[in-house]
Amino acid sequence: MYGWMGKILRVDLTKETVKIEKLNEQWAKDYIGGRGLGSRYFVEEVNPKVEPLSPDNKLIFATGPMTGALGASTGRYEVVTKGALTDTIAASNSGGMFGPELKYSGFDMIIFEGKSQKPVYLYIEDGNAVLRDASHVWGKLTGETTDILMGETASTAKVACIGPAGENLAKIACVICDKDRAAGRSGVGAVMGSKNLKAVVVLGSGGVVPADAEKVREVALDVRKKLAEHPVASEGLPKLGTAILVNIINQSGALPTRNFQESFFEGAEKTSGEALYENQLIKKKACFGCTIACGRVTQVKDKRYAGFGEGPEYETAWAFGAQCGVDNLDAITKANYICNENGIDTISMGSTIGCAMELYEKGVITRETAGMDLNFGNADAVVKLTEMTAFREGIGDLLAEGSYRLAESYGHPELSMSVKKQELPAYDPRGVQGMGLEYATSNRGGCHVRGYLISPEILGVPEKLDPQAIEGKDVWLKIFQDLTAAIDSSGVCLFTTFGLGGEEIAAQLAALTGVDYTAEKILECGDRIYNLERLFNIKAGFSKDDDTLPPRLLNDPIPAGPAKGHVNRLFEMLPAYYKTRGWDENGVPTQEKIEDLGLDKVKFIE
Amino acid sequence: MNKVLLLQPEFCINCHSCRLACSLKHEGAFRPSKSRIEVLTSPMKFSVPLTCLQCEDPACAAVCVVKALTKNSDTGVVEYDAQKCIGCRMCVSACPFGNISYDRETKSVIKCDVCEGTPECAVFCPTDAIQWIRADLETLARKKVMSEKFEQVFKKEA
Repeated sequence: MYGWMGKILRVDLTKETVKIEKLNEQWAKDYIGGRGLGSRYFVEEVNPKVEPLSPDNKLIFATGPMTGALGASTGRYEVVTKGALTDTIAASNSGGMFGPELKYSGFDMIIFEGKSQKPVYLYIEDGNAVLRDASHVWGKLTGETTDILMGETASTAKVACIGPAGENLAKIACVICDKDRAAGRSGVGAVMGSKNLKAVVVLGSGGVVPADAEKVREVALDVRKKLAEHPVASEGLPKLGTAILVNIINQSGALPTRNFQESFFEGAEKTSGEALYENQLIKKKACFGCTIACGRVTQVKDKRYAGFGEGPEYETAWAFGAQCGVDNLDAITKANYICNENGIDTISMGSTIGCAMELYEKGVITRETAGMDLNFGNADAVVKLTEMTAFREGIGDLLAEGSYRLAESYGHPELSMSVKKQELPAYDPRGVQGMGLEYATSNRGGCHVRGYLISPEILGVPEKLDPQAIEGKDVWLKIFQDLTAAIDSSGVCLFTTFGLGGEEIAAQLAALTGVDYTAEKILECGDRIYNLERLFNIKAGFSKDDDTLPPRLLNDPIPAGPAKGHVNRLFEMLPAYYKTRGWDENGVPTQEKIEDLGLDKVKFIE
Repeated sequence: MNKVLLLQPEFCINCHSCRLACSLKHEGAFRPSKSRIEVLTSPMKFSVPLTCLQCEDPACAAVCVVKALTKNSDTGVVEYDAQKCIGCRMCVSACPFGNISYDRETKSVIKCDVCEGTPECAVFCPTDAIQWIRADLETLARKKVMSEKFEQVFKKEA
């Protein structure tokens, strides 16, 4: 095989065994890799009704064929499992150096099953894998864990690990690699913690072999040129990072503020990419193989929030900023550092704190319960609560469960700004209609990177759509969701789609693997992957009733700002979307659709 | 005019594209461990590309007893002849920069050969961190940055 390494590693944590298996070539062609191929293995091996934190759940680290090859932003890997936060299938994507190194060590994928008796880490060196004791790093922060494990393996080894949050089974825990890159969402870190798996350490001197070296080189030059010519990928993101969006989204009236009570934040400027550039940025940084370099190496000098690390991204600047009414960028960045060190998803953390603040202001959570004032705008509280969440201290024990379970425990689930229990990211769907449809139908719950309609609705890429229009959003969303599924499976970063389309993604894959991928074929792969995930969720117990939004976003018009007066018109879009997808009126893929995509061959565990 | 490789770490974004391009050219695979160029990153996340800069008085060639490494005075490249090499690895010990290494698999030296005059690392570097330029222009970019600073200062005073 070209592009793929052709091998997967199966690790039974209960029996403490490791086994090398040949990659299923047909599955690889049909599901590409990463999110798609990982999910294909996952659904064939795990009962959809499994309790996410039980030993019967599995945890897959999956790369794509492009991971570690030369192309456009090819440093990605995925963590696939049943999400602790959502109970849906979960695929969390991360950049950094870990994914490529996993391939150079000889494997496309690692499947973890069972549960270890004691804390362990997996060490892979050039095709050999061994489980090692991790008692000495259990309880340690991700940075220190990474340093210690590199010290006892190799200084060039790459480490993906959990922090205290994952160990403490916080449902909003993530997996961190290279100290600062996160496979963030859906609680994949809690699943890793439930298996007593502290880290995966990889070291590889092997390589990814292309089918056609000349062609790969030619395509790589072409796609890199296209990215270099696109203003978002070559100017906006490298200079200001993803936080360039703070001002743009705020000016569109779609920046959720104080737990989505408003959608225009008066403090946006102070928490923007521009402010970050002026006050905290040391340098921009790329993931492996990436020409965009949206990563931010930052430092905070203010003694109260002093620190060094990476971030914040746009979503983080919003989650600890506008969502909590906080306009202190130093506090926001500090909370980001704490999340990286403890292995917490910044979006869910910030949004959950915002939810707690609304519960507090409404008198539901008292000062005694919280142990502090929780008014919106309290920067100190944001930092403190993030730390308390990692260790489940005080009210942090509830925050660690995410906003839905927090609000539900106080009898107000409607105040959780989540879909399928996963916190919504930084776009108010009342200001951007298509994003509401995306949130409601994302296979891993509230999420912006399953079908990023902000791109056409706000940024005008590849063409400008009216954000308040609902006609045609179903068709746009299906294409975006399918293409994204294919990109997440290829090992390429989604951000390349600012300058590249399906043609360019397919051209990279075809030259590397020798498989005759075209834009049409990878969209079909994406459709297959999307339906596979949907079928898993249906078997897990989800139905069309779960394809919804928090009532506030459906019923309460935006009170002020550029998008004043709007609600999200989800239920006017949903029937058309189901039809466009080839699903029945209940949102279930029809038998015809299932057979068209070859999904009738999938043997789900009943 | 001879061209030289110019390394400017201040522009490096740590993407390792140089190593991917280098290993594709020399090994036919994306295999950074066999790359002729390395990128080292400090704990403070400052990254530095490092490769052979073709010394005028190369220590590696000086210690080579079989003259497998020689300086080509026309091109400026320190050339390697695998046929002559006896695998003693004295060159590896001699290079003060660590920019030459030994490959146990092929039993030969791994060292930058500037890709016969079009270094792939420079072709694929997305920033100005690695450039293949005329030797007399080597420091021009930095001078330019400095001169722009002067411009900023005096603009404000004007």
